[in-house]
Amino acid sequence: MYAFDFHRPATLRQANSLIGKVEDAKILAGGQTLLPTMKQRLASPAAVIDLSGVPELVGIEQKGRNLVIGAMTSHAEVASSALVKAALPGLAALAGGIGDPHVRHKGTIGGSIANNDPAADYPAGLLALGATIVTNRRRIPAGEFFTGMFSTALDEGEIITKVIIPTGGKFAYAKFRNPASRYAMVGVAVGKKGSSVVVAVTGAGSDGVFRWAEAEAALGKRFNAKSLDGIKTPAAKELNSDIHASAEYRSHLIGVMARRAVAAATAK
Amino acid sequence: MAGTGIGARVTRKEDFRFITGKGNYTDDINRPGQAHAYFLRSPHAHAKIRKIDTVKAAAMPGVVAIFTGADIEADKVGGLICGWMIHSKDGSPMKAGAHPALAVGKVRYVGDHVAVVIAESLAEARDAAEAIVVDYEPLKPVVDLASATKKGSPVIHDAAPDNQVYDWHLGDEAAVKAAFKKAKHITKIDLVNNRLVPNAMEPRAAIGDYNPGEEAFTLYTTSQNPHVARLVLSAFIGIAPEHKLRVIAPDVGGGFGSKIFIYAEETICVWAAKKVGRPVKWVADRTEEFLAIAHGRDHLTHAEMAIDENGRILGLHVKTRANLGAYLSTFASSVPTYLYVPLLSGQYNIPAIYGEVEAVYTNTAPVDAYRGAGRPEATFVIERLMEVAARELGMDPAAFRKKNFIKSFPHQTPVIMCYDTGDYNASLVKAMEIHDVKGFARRKRESAKAGKLRGLGYSAYIEACGIAPSAAVGSLGAGVGLWESAEVRVNPVGTVEVLTGSHSHGQGHETTFAQLVAGRLGIPIENVAIVHGDTDKVQMGMGTYGSRSGAVGMSAIVKALDKIEAKAKKVASFVLEASEADIDFKDGKFSVKGTDKSIDFASVALQAYVAHKFTGEQLEPGLKEGAFYDPTNFTFPSGVHIAEVEIDPETGVTTIAKWTAVDDFGVIINPMIVEGQVHGGIAQGIGQALLEGAVYDANGQLLTASYMDYAMPRADDLPSFRVDHTTTPCPSNPLGIKGCGEAGAIAAPAAVMNAVTDALGHENIAMPATPQAVWHAAQAGLARAAE
Repeated sequence: MYAFDFHRPATLRQANSLIGKVEDAKILAGGQTLLPTMKQRLASPAAVIDLSGVPELVGIEQKGRNLVIGAMTSHAEVASSALVKAALPGLAALAGGIGDPHVRHKGTIGGSIANNDPAADYPAGLLALGATIVTNRRRIPAGEFFTGMFSTALDEGEIITKVIIPTGGKFAYAKFRNPASRYAMVGVAVGKKGSSVVVAVTGAGSDGVFRWAEAEAALGKRFNAKSLDGIKTPAAKELNSDIHASAEYRSHLIGVMARRAVAAATAK
Repeated sequence: MAGTGIGARVTRKEDFRFITGKGNYTDDINRPGQAHAYFLRSPHAHAKIRKIDTVKAAAMPGVVAIFTGADIEADKVGGLICGWMIHSKDGSPMKAGAHPALAVGKVRYVGDHVAVVIAESLAEARDAAEAIVVDYEPLKPVVDLASATKKGSPVIHDAAPDNQVYDWHLGDEAAVKAAFKKAKHITKIDLVNNRLVPNAMEPRAAIGDYNPGEEAFTLYTTSQNPHVARLVLSAFIGIAPEHKLRVIAPDVGGGFGSKIFIYAEETICVWAAKKVGRPVKWVADRTEEFLAIAHGRDHLTHAEMAIDENGRILGLHVKTRANLGAYLSTFASSVPTYLYVPLLSGQYNIPAIYGEVEAVYTNTAPVDAYRGAGRPEATFVIERLMEVAARELGMDPAAFRKKNFIKSFPHQTPVIMCYDTGDYNASLVKAMEIHDVKGFARRKRESAKAGKLRGLGYSAYIEACGIAPSAAVGSLGAGVGLWESAEVRVNPVGTVEVLTGSHSHGQGHETTFAQLVAGRLGIPIENVAIVHGDTDKVQMGMGTYGSRSGAVGMSAIVKALDKIEAKAKKVASFVLEASEADIDFKDGKFSVKGTDKSIDFASVALQAYVAHKFTGEQLEPGLKEGAFYDPTNFTFPSGVHIAEVEIDPETGVTTIAKWTAVDDFGVIINPMIVEGQVHGGIAQGIGQALLEGAVYDANGQLLTASYMDYAMPRADDLPSFRVDHTTTPCPSNPLGIKGCGEAGAIAAPAAVMNAVTDALGHENIAMPATPQAVWHAAQAGLARAAE
């Protein structure tokens, strides 16, 4: 780690003003990626603005038919929230399966989606749920938010404040963990709202989270794991290949995980 | 068993301080005025160093000094050594390339030590290291083990122009050839024993300290054998004579072999302490450990077994290529030779065995002993062969083993070892019963109903522990003797300090050694302290590895206790005014035969020191005795592990469904600690079989240099183990102990792979059997079945 300045605003207003003023600043929203990267000297921001002291960014509420989750809400809070468990048990399960207990208590939903790690769980989940990401400046539909590996629609100085997630549909997430890191080697989130189905895949794509259109079409006709039989899984050439999984294996796993996600979403 | 003596499940005395954060590890120690060392490491697997420019770096804030290989040479600091001489088939000595503590002229693996920066803080040392400009001329690296010695390969050490360290053999080649001629069936197998990275919880660390008034050095280091470290640093590297060099290995958080060796980092810390006139501290980060700690295993093997028409083994021929990495580490040469081929007989009566081992250099981290050291590799070869042979012969694998078990003892194998005792059949029968092998067919059907493949695999392992008779290992090339020392100091109040040359870094010696002493002297276990890990306290010792501390270290304590008892009886005879021959010692009391006169141990201790009841002519005061114990044979722990796996053919995920271990460790001091050792060993063995594997790319970059890519076994990868025992006491040491520290890691890989191949119905899958590998194998199997 190199030396850096540390700021810990107490309000969103202060955070906004700091981000406008401080040069080369990084927002710390849990730090489960940023801090290890800084420790390894792979990132060296001149300043870090820690949002953990901003209470208005934390919390889970039901607002009408939506769940509203503050950006600084930890994975553990989402996983154990009675509201989330009742409205979207699949989302609680997704949050409860992120990393390990340490990561779940420090990492936050806002931090995770702002980083958009290609093997993170939330991006696939929020895509499939049709969530809306709210920032200090605007509202961004999840479908427009995740723009590629480690990249998002966020502008310079833009801070995620909350995530709005519609409830009432069906949702589940199935993850195949990398045996070493336990990140998603392939994770498939399946969401159904009315007749619209979204199948979002994380961990596998060479440019981060993506939607699997053929599966969405098949499941749109009949929302059943069997509908995926015979559907060709995404082409290996679009997928990651590393020492843990060839693209061919990842392609196969997308099919398996999608069927398991659909089965979980339709299970009583 | 109640109480605290041998056989009791005594709670570990050391655990309170460990689990409450009161341990004293090297990193917990800070010396006044200490500076911090950071090593600049090679980013290249193989490169010439044209120039190292430290001018700018040396001027950075906080920098105390920067040293490179040139400084090492100028100070005539000796190179790191390999302490076991191996001779090739042609009689030539192994080709040991120079191993300077800081690279001289060339770097030979990614992580090799190029320079050390010593600064006021670690951050400043790192900053300065980044400012050092090294002009490298990259050379083509040698990474692939199979082709390392191919003609035209780049040369790693001038001393070994074809990258071969040695081409060694053991056994009777002619006898094996004759056996194969007579064979009805020959089973052949090609095996990869995957490269592992030891991952002790505590990374390596060192503090060098120099006292100019006494002209004496102190080295605090994470060592399994501080006396051997002192011997090497003194006699070979030339830091200081032994009486001017104190080595302290305080609490050490796991070693698994990787902390036996004398590394560049501690050498530099202790040397630099005098150069800069300040204590120098270094603590490895995890990445440094991945890159530069001595790795384990890494063999390619072709093995053939000759079997007669009755299913009896006639002969065994094993050809192994072993990767020793870029430099010969401290005991590297012995691991794929004398710790490997002599174990290839397994638990079986094999009349003819011939083993050939070619050891090679590659541009990878040095490879040395890792939990089991040679014996896991040997067990993997023989136990995979046994399983495959049984399948080829259409025999039940257990029945094939039973048929070939050694049944009478002592048994001289064709490869050095003389097994003293054992009952291999008893372990197998007991393990099969506990495991409910009979119910396997039913469980397999149930798995099949759920779309899963189920397999069962045995591993009937043997190991040679309690290393080792000094004369025997000396004749095989060892540079040291492998005895152990003990000193028992009885204080005037009857409390006891036991100084041992063994070193505890997780084994629980403070408990088990105290159990022995408390039981023998009839005193409370709280009154016994075990002292180890400091060359100023313990005169000499050989340390802990090769499951030797019970069999060798405790035997030395027994010898010292014998002397204590003899002396104490003399004291008691004066106090009780009886003839020494009439004194009995039992349950902590000395009594005069046939009378009610007695005195307890503590009172005798006091009398020994006040010395009022005898004159100096009659008896020396005091109660302190030392002993050295040199074993007369290896010990031979053995046992049977049964692994049962369930494979999800859709994903390739292998789940360990059931595990049974029945081990014969001889006499057990503390069953709870032994079970813990077995559990940990199995976890490491399952790790090797299913998860772990160090992978270098073609440029010699370590792809698995963190936990992001190197898969360690976690609790949820493991089942609940059934661990049980049979017992044949070891006849060659006073306590009947065989040793238990490595058994699990030795037995487990073969058991897992036998089970996985059983489930998949074919043999061609290498460790680690990751989900990807298993899925590909399952697909290939399905494709074959469809044909």
